[in-house]
Amino acid sequence: MASALINVPAKAKRGDIIEIKTLMSHIMETGYRHTASGEVVPRDIITSFTCRFNGNEIFRADLFPAVAANPFFSFFTTATESGKFEFEWIGDKGFSETASASISVE
Amino acid sequence: MQQSPNSSRRQFLGLAGGAAVLGVVPIVTVRPAEATPAMLAAAIRNVAGGAAVKTGKVKLDIPPLVENGNTVPLTVSVAHPMAPEDHVVSIHLFNEKNPQPNIGNFHLGPHNGRAQVSTRIRLADSQKVVAIAKLSDGSFWSASVDVVVTLAACTEEVI
Repeated sequence: MASALINVPAKAKRGDIIEIKTLMSHIMETGYRHTASGEVVPRDIITSFTCRFNGNEIFRADLFPAVAANPFFSFFTTATESGKFEFEWIGDKGFSETASASISVE
Repeated sequence: MQQSPNSSRRQFLGLAGGAAVLGVVPIVTVRPAEATPAMLAAAIRNVAGGAAVKTGKVKLDIPPLVENGNTVPLTVSVAHPMAPEDHVVSIHLFNEKNPQPNIGNFHLGPHNGRAQVSTRIRLADSQKVVAIAKLSDGSFWSASVDVVVTLAACTEEVI
């Protein structure tokens, strides 16, 4: 069961630069590991992470197997207006998860 | 009469140099088990498209000595304004010796306010980690850190 952890300040002053932290639980299987019998464990990773604010993309990441399990990202944005952050993770084997968080800007 | 042997020597050296340049066309037929510095250079060329990558502006915070290569925290920041007319477009992370040279690409814009990204990565060996930032004026800036890893990622068997 996939689950996301999101850390967005609930309130901010207009013009403040705020930090957003996200963590998605995922194995991030690299595709380079072998079982004891020598078979390759197939790749199963998150390939793309996107953050949108009120529908506009503000941050996007392309992920490779070198990103650690349970991908964590922290990035910044300028608080301009109240609204909703939407987060989306897309990956191998049809993996797709979303999460959202609201902020009120004064 | 002194001139002619000299000039022919020069011509010969010029031709030899040209032949050497032509001869050094890398032909990669088999994908190596781990990325090589050549693959790192190729991955950087894919991003920079042949543009010069200058050292500076970028700060790569990563522990120089890592016990567990499975989760290595790192922070990349770029000392550059994030104004609509002049900002950081993207940050790219590379490594030297993992099976793939790419780690991640991060796409930014003026709305970010600060060009700084943190994440956690895997390192399969002691190696160099490179961060490259692309600015809106088309220039590229980089920073690299050598990291020593005691327990490598990706190599253990699955039970």
